Amino acid sequence: MILVWLIGLLMGGGLLALLVGKWNKTLPRWISLYTLVIGFIALISFWFDNYNTVNIQPSNSWLVDFQQEWIPSFGISFHLAIDGLSLVLLTLAFFLGILAVLCSWKEITERVGFYHFNLLWILAGISGVFMAMDLFLFYFFWEVMLIPMYFLIGIWGSKNREYAAYKFFIFTQASGLLMFLAILGLYFVHGKTSGNYTFNYFELLGTTISPQLAFWLMMGFMIAFVVKLPLIPFHSWLPDAHSEAPTAGSLILAGLLLKTGAYGILRFVLPLFPEASIELAPWAMFLGVIGIIYGAILAYAQTDLKRLIAYTSVSHMGFVVLGIFAFNALAFQGVVMQLVAHAISTGALFIIAGMLKERLHTREIDQMGGLWLQMPKMGAIATLLAMASLGLPGLGNFVAEFLILLGAFKASAWFTVLATIGLIFSAIYSLRILQKVFLGPTERTESIKDFSKRELAIMTVLTISIIWLGLFPQLIIDTAKPMINKLEQLFPAGNDNNKQPIKPITIENDDK
Amino acid sequence: MTSNDFFALTPLLLLAGSSVLIMLLIAIKLSHRSIQISSLLLFLISFSSLFAIQKILPYRIEPLLVIDDFSVFIMGLIIFSSLVVNIISYIYFEEKEESPKEYYVLLFLCTLGACVLATSQHFASLFLGLEILTVGLYALIAYFRGRHHNIEAGIKYLILAAFSSAFLLFGMALIYFQTGTLEFSAIARSLSTHTSLPPLFLTGFGLMLVGIGFKLAVVPFHMWTADVYQGAPTPVTAFIATASKGGVFAVLIRFFIAIDGFRYQTVMFVFISIAIASMIIGNLLALQQKNVKRILAYSSIAHLGYLLVAFIPGGSMSIQSISFYLAAYFVTTLCAFGVITVLSNKEKDLENINNFKALFWDHPVLACIFSAALLSLAGIPLTAGFIGKFYILATGIQSGFWALTLILVISSVFGLYYYLRIITTMFSGQQNTSPQKSLAHPVFYLISSVVLCVLTLLIIWFGVYPSGLMQLIEHFQIR
Repeated sequence: MILVWLIGLLMGGGLLALLVGKWNKTLPRWISLYTLVIGFIALISFWFDNYNTVNIQPSNSWLVDFQQEWIPSFGISFHLAIDGLSLVLLTLAFFLGILAVLCSWKEITERVGFYHFNLLWILAGISGVFMAMDLFLFYFFWEVMLIPMYFLIGIWGSKNREYAAYKFFIFTQASGLLMFLAILGLYFVHGKTSGNYTFNYFELLGTTISPQLAFWLMMGFMIAFVVKLPLIPFHSWLPDAHSEAPTAGSLILAGLLLKTGAYGILRFVLPLFPEASIELAPWAMFLGVIGIIYGAILAYAQTDLKRLIAYTSVSHMGFVVLGIFAFNALAFQGVVMQLVAHAISTGALFIIAGMLKERLHTREIDQMGGLWLQMPKMGAIATLLAMASLGLPGLGNFVAEFLILLGAFKASAWFTVLATIGLIFSAIYSLRILQKVFLGPTERTESIKDFSKRELAIMTVLTISIIWLGLFPQLIIDTAKPMINKLEQLFPAGNDNNKQPIKPITIENDDK
Repeated sequence: MTSNDFFALTPLLLLAGSSVLIMLLIAIKLSHRSIQISSLLLFLISFSSLFAIQKILPYRIEPLLVIDDFSVFIMGLIIFSSLVVNIISYIYFEEKEESPKEYYVLLFLCTLGACVLATSQHFASLFLGLEILTVGLYALIAYFRGRHHNIEAGIKYLILAAFSSAFLLFGMALIYFQTGTLEFSAIARSLSTHTSLPPLFLTGFGLMLVGIGFKLAVVPFHMWTADVYQGAPTPVTAFIATASKGGVFAVLIRFFIAIDGFRYQTVMFVFISIAIASMIIGNLLALQQKNVKRILAYSSIAHLGYLLVAFIPGGSMSIQSISFYLAAYFVTTLCAFGVITVLSNKEKDLENINNFKALFWDHPVLACIFSAALLSLAGIPLTAGFIGKFYILATGIQSGFWALTLILVISSVFGLYYYLRIITTMFSGQQNTSPQKSLAHPVFYLISSVVLCVLTLLIIWFGVYPSGLMQLIEHFQIR
């Protein structure tokens, strides 16, 4: 029941903010902040309550399950359920939601009510995606998060916002519709073979499909997910959308929307079409590696700070694809870590970019420089984040990327070697951000304020979490473990290359 | 005729009687307002009579008409849309025209024609219904005699519709020549003796298709659409887009199910090509338009293409998805044209896309309603249009028409662009700071706004909780 309640909370909070926004400008902010904090606390307490059950009975990976009939004539139900992976991502969604509200506190001054309505509804859509266990419902939420995001970019974005909003919407909608076709195809194939027409995920698992059809259906799902992720060559919406969106929009795009793509592959593509995904794996890994390197090179070439960060996302998401299609537990664990760590580190970088823009009214790196002198606090934190982004040990991204590379090495040594080169590039672009923005000669004479208390609070929380992820990743790995074990069992072949007995490997052994 | 026959015909008789009654009321010089309200009441009565005849369904009035679940449903949609058109017309006509009363008589006649179409099972009643509808529309389209756009649209419609009626008649004659009957079921019996389609029948059918295709405005018979949509008074455009197309589509599917035309590959090939052409061309032509009424015209071509995708498989699922899609499309289209009507003023219609700038900040409620309608036309979840599209895709995929569904998906992505363009325009630009003009007709403005809000709620209701409507249409059968 907590799941329905969470979605209801977000949607209700959004409506309330919209209504209140007519009369008051500050109240919508407080309403959305409270809504998200309540949801976050509820999730955290739920996590603590269930943390033991996760570890004791890893056989049943589902923590809560809620099902209610919705459109019975088509076998569509309002079916929500979460396991460890969803729980991690849901908590992340609420966490970043709070930060999104906080970081738009001063930035958004017009139509505050409508803004927070959109913000909360995006989060509602994202939470729905992480919970839905009915494919129709999943698609429903998948689209629900689009429209408010479109408004968010289109209304509150910067100069080129309309173009970016179109591009974002059309890319995701087109790929989403192809996924919808695939969902319908799967529905009818399953219905014809079993006589039971249903969109229920658990029943659709293990549908027998002819290999050729399975491949095309899988491609339908894949296209939606890799556009969202994004994987080269479907990434071109991303830099535009990220750079034009308001800060909170970039934060949510980078932190959550991209994650829905990875989540979709883990949750739907691999379990529904295991054979077909093995067939696809070399290509996917290839594109993932290309993404890592290409994203990094393009990031280096950007002069617009937000675009630069956007391209680093492309590069980091390449690791995710590489890890997913390595099909072994190590890599899967790395992927989950990467989702969380990237959300936090890149989100934080976007917030910094937003703060710089509020102060300097530009995103051009060339017009910055020497800002450390005036903003030592921001400089220090940006250094830490840049280090996280390049994968310095002790920070979250390192754990993630290390695990992915370790896992991918078993699947394909050559791809891993290439991916590792990407790490060098990432060091180059991260250091370039630091050097161009915070070091070097300063051209500005006017005084620029360092962090305010609100901003300092946001950045402290983010910094602590990224360090915590780097030092104590066990909590997240344990929570996602049951789900990963299940996935791993689907792909015995992926683990046969490994001469050791198949056994979920815990991070402690590797991290030391 | 028995009294039961009369009872089954109540909705049609009421519509016919209403037009006479309104004519008499005009003769005693009642004001526009009283005429409007009395016609509103009469529409309500005819609408509620549909519920009264539920218990005797299905009922055949040999040989012309059949009144079953499906035709009552379509009649309900048609009368409902006339009702809405009637409500939103008041301000529009009061502002623009000094003698707007006869408009209501014509509206009743057109509704009657569309309803006859929806119930006919005989070529005679088909032609009769079509002509009542079309002749009424000639006058309605050119209702503002003094404005050249209206006249142009009226003439265009008149000439093309007359031509297409001639084609239709000639086609019917050829079919009659081949089969010796005008009744759908008798034609079916005569056809069942042949193994393949007789060439004369095929020719006749091809000619009929020209007529039907013209009324539905599918490619390649779509040339009139944009000009007529743009030129006609906006409430009339709403009527053309909904009621007239709905009636024709209903008779088309009834005819095809009666003769089981889905087994003839040649015929289906023609339909498939028309559907593909309509979807692609409709959406492509809309991309560069600057006039919102023209955009909606081209989008309606595409939507008829989608409907044909649901039509082509031709099973019970087809009837369901067509019924659902028509309902969703009617509500959505009425909503969209309703917003344009309400925002129009004495001088001109609000139709240029630039006039929609900053609508979100000037008229937030209307802008939200319009966005909901556009999103529903685009088929985005939470709206009725999405469930409708889901139904159509499901119908297509169930019968293995993968290519058609794929084209539907791709062309609707094109479509997305121009719907989004309107929405984007609505929130770009700065708020109009000049004081708002006081409204000329506050009461009717309020009523119209309430109706539009109800339509929006319907769009969202069908989109979020479609089970109710689905259960209603689940058992539709056409025999």
